[in-house]
Amino acid sequence: MNCRTTRALAPLLLFVSALGSQAGAQQAVNIYSYREPKLIEPLLKAFSDKTGIKTNVVFANNGLVERLAAEGANSPADVLLTNESGLLVQAVAAGATQPVKSEALDKAIPAALRDPNGHWFGLTRRARIVYASKDRVTQDTITYEELADPKWRGKICTRSGQHTYNVALIASMIAHLGEVKAEAWLTGLKANLARKPAGGDREQVRDVQAGLCDLAIGNTYYMVSMQKTPEQKVWADAVKMLFPNAQDRGTHVNVSGMALAAHAPNKANAMALMEFLVSTDAQKLYAEIDGEYPIVAGVPASAIVEAWGPLKPDALPLSKIAELRKKASEMVDKIRFDQGPNS
Amino acid sequence: MSAAPVAKIPHPRRAPLALVSARATLSGWLAGNGLSGWTLGATIGAATLALPIVAILTLALRPSDSIWGHLVATVLPGAVGNTLLLLLGAGSLSLIIGTSAAWLVTMYKFSGRAWADRLLVLPLAMPAYIVAYAYVDYLDYAGPVQTQLRLLTGATGPNDLWFPQIRSLGGAIFIFSAALYPYVYLSARATFAQQSICVLEVARTLGRTALGTFWSVALPMARPALAAGVALVLMECMNDLGAVQYLGVETLTASIYATWLQRGNLSGAAQIASVALIMIFALLIIERAARGDARSHNTTGRQRAIPFETLPGWRGYLALGLALIPFVLGFVVPFLVLAKQATAHFEASFSAGFVAAAINSLLLAALTCVVAVALALFFGYAARVARGPLTSLSSRAAALGYALPGTVLAIGLLIPLAHIDNAMAGWIKALTGMNAGLILSGSLFAVTLALVIRFLAVALGAIDAGLGRISLSLDAAASTLGASALSALFRVHLPLLAPALGAAALMVFVDAMKELPATLLLRPFNFETLATHIYGLAAAEQFEEAALGAITIVLIGLLPVLLLHHAIADGRKGSSGG
Repeated sequence: MNCRTTRALAPLLLFVSALGSQAGAQQAVNIYSYREPKLIEPLLKAFSDKTGIKTNVVFANNGLVERLAAEGANSPADVLLTNESGLLVQAVAAGATQPVKSEALDKAIPAALRDPNGHWFGLTRRARIVYASKDRVTQDTITYEELADPKWRGKICTRSGQHTYNVALIASMIAHLGEVKAEAWLTGLKANLARKPAGGDREQVRDVQAGLCDLAIGNTYYMVSMQKTPEQKVWADAVKMLFPNAQDRGTHVNVSGMALAAHAPNKANAMALMEFLVSTDAQKLYAEIDGEYPIVAGVPASAIVEAWGPLKPDALPLSKIAELRKKASEMVDKIRFDQGPNS
Repeated sequence: MSAAPVAKIPHPRRAPLALVSARATLSGWLAGNGLSGWTLGATIGAATLALPIVAILTLALRPSDSIWGHLVATVLPGAVGNTLLLLLGAGSLSLIIGTSAAWLVTMYKFSGRAWADRLLVLPLAMPAYIVAYAYVDYLDYAGPVQTQLRLLTGATGPNDLWFPQIRSLGGAIFIFSAALYPYVYLSARATFAQQSICVLEVARTLGRTALGTFWSVALPMARPALAAGVALVLMECMNDLGAVQYLGVETLTASIYATWLQRGNLSGAAQIASVALIMIFALLIIERAARGDARSHNTTGRQRAIPFETLPGWRGYLALGLALIPFVLGFVVPFLVLAKQATAHFEASFSAGFVAAAINSLLLAALTCVVAVALALFFGYAARVARGPLTSLSSRAAALGYALPGTVLAIGLLIPLAHIDNAMAGWIKALTGMNAGLILSGSLFAVTLALVIRFLAVALGAIDAGLGRISLSLDAAASTLGASALSALFRVHLPLLAPALGAAALMVFVDAMKELPATLLLRPFNFETLATHIYGLAAAEQFEEAALGAITIVLIGLLPVLLLHHAIADGRKGSSGG
């Protein structure tokens, strides 16, 4: 194409681009969010009310890291919000993030729950615990190791081993036990399953209530949402919460988090948002809406969550879990965890 | 392929003239190479629509950690087995349900028949993962059915009472068949309604029973249309993630996602997706090859009412009952579960933005529908006018995008679009010094293109089958009378294609209404459709709060069913009564 035609076409392209993807550049911050709108929207509203900065969001459950990476230098995105740490590490590996130097962030967030180089930061914490039948389970403490004990044969329910929450838990077991013992543990757990892994975390609790299993593996905040939903309250009321390894190394904890996009066009606004999200106000909102544990020390969890007593988190750095994720996922395949107890 | 070999007649070399117009040169070059404008257009169009597939194949070839040693040694054999059994099971069951229901409704007259005809299409509006959710809610251990059974029998534990496991391969086959049989039903219905009455009458005159006519005449003649319907079912089974995940059935899709999301290996995931595509392509090729060169079209354009066999009294009620079974399983049961949840969570689910989302959905679905049907018509007709392996293969390859999981298709599209965008942005910057940013990525254009690519297969299947029923002698006659291919299309084929076009438009519209993964990932900032709005509510696994939105999608999906139904059933005058 010669120079003249390109010049003639340029204004046309500019016009089309105005119709296209660009969100208004004036005092705005553009967000790609894996976290659900119901949780994020109230937080963003509070942010806009406080700062006057408009927020634009794309919510999706998969592929936002790939979108960010493919868009490259011209991506409109400023901030990436994720519902767990694995995606943050993948975003860094894809070159889709940039390091952030912020005293406010470093001070608010414990070192184990952020990237040492400032590429990502945790925002909220949740523990992966055991929901046990009040009627059929007498003990009030448990360890993850114990889930492989044959005394639980046919008594445990869980979702797919390839779900990101379970993969992270298995990765933490590999970090603590070593690969060989972790595999023996996972094999033992599989043998103890009441049925093939399927469904979401709350449905495992539903099956405990119905009597299909005695123990269910699940994240803590589901207890809050079950108690708030009329027909699920029965499920919640049928179980007690056991925080595994609370007596020794602590309970496995994962985070939701954020990262600054590599080519963020509104960097200052993005930084303002990131620092807002670890403010006391925002952390309280997270705690109230979603029933998660705030990441900032001194901010209380919601009343329901506080009533569970203090959380003793496993001190294993999330970066270690991220490193072992692939191995954990392969282990799930290797022992055919998802094919259930009879395979 | 059914195309006749192209005769190799050497073209005389044109004398180079000084004043040959560019157009003449082009058409001369095309003709010299055995190509026509139709072929060229179809090939270029298909190449554009095949962008995501090409991107996925390219991604698969990018060097990465080898996944195959691990997969072959672990889950792959099971996943391939499950996938093949699911395709085989859901394909055959949908074929049986869809074909027999269509035959019953077309050939017999019984009270309530016209209603049954409309109702049988409704499961189309129900996303498969919702059907899965509903059945698990009903039939799982903790569901009302098993709970009541335990109360009745006094069983207390899981081992006291045997009950078929809904979360199983068998359950998945049942659920996919209940949700997807309308693809076969619509194809079969459009075909049966258009089949030449003479052929059927001849069969009856020669002593065939009604059933005998079905087996020996109607079914073989309908084969291309039935194959097209089943192909859609197979591709839906292949691209599904939500339902199989919910049912705990490990298919290839599960491996694609584990490789991509848990092991951070997008190339590996693309390799598995490519294998899935090859499996589907092979199945379709095998079916085509088995069909051979046989073609069947109507021998006459004369339309006469099909001689309904009237089923009086209890036989009529029996027929009605039989015809309604698929509707009850594919629509009523999941709808009741949704309705129960929607009323219980009405306030939580009816949030602001609902109306705007509904309008966006309607506009997007309508746009997708028009573009996809027009493209399918072009591809289908191009393959007819310029018969050759290139034309028919290229559109077929482009349509394979339907077999890819929605998110994978979306990634396959966003990679090339972002490449084009970044190249353009660099170029605009060099010329004007301005930052144009991304033009195509993250725009409504990207979303629409993705939906068109995703549902081209749906439109193409229906229209190909419709064109196949029109005798080639009509084309020849039109040509003899001096009509160009284009004018023949408008004056001869389009009027005859009405039922097929109606079926295509209906299926694409409803599919576009419910599409979630590609819209979710490719959409612009702050853009919501009903499906993404529901996703927002259901993201934290709160299906119950999403029920109202799901019902709305279903209800809006019903509009085209009622509107277009007439066009499909009315393929022959007089056949829509009863």
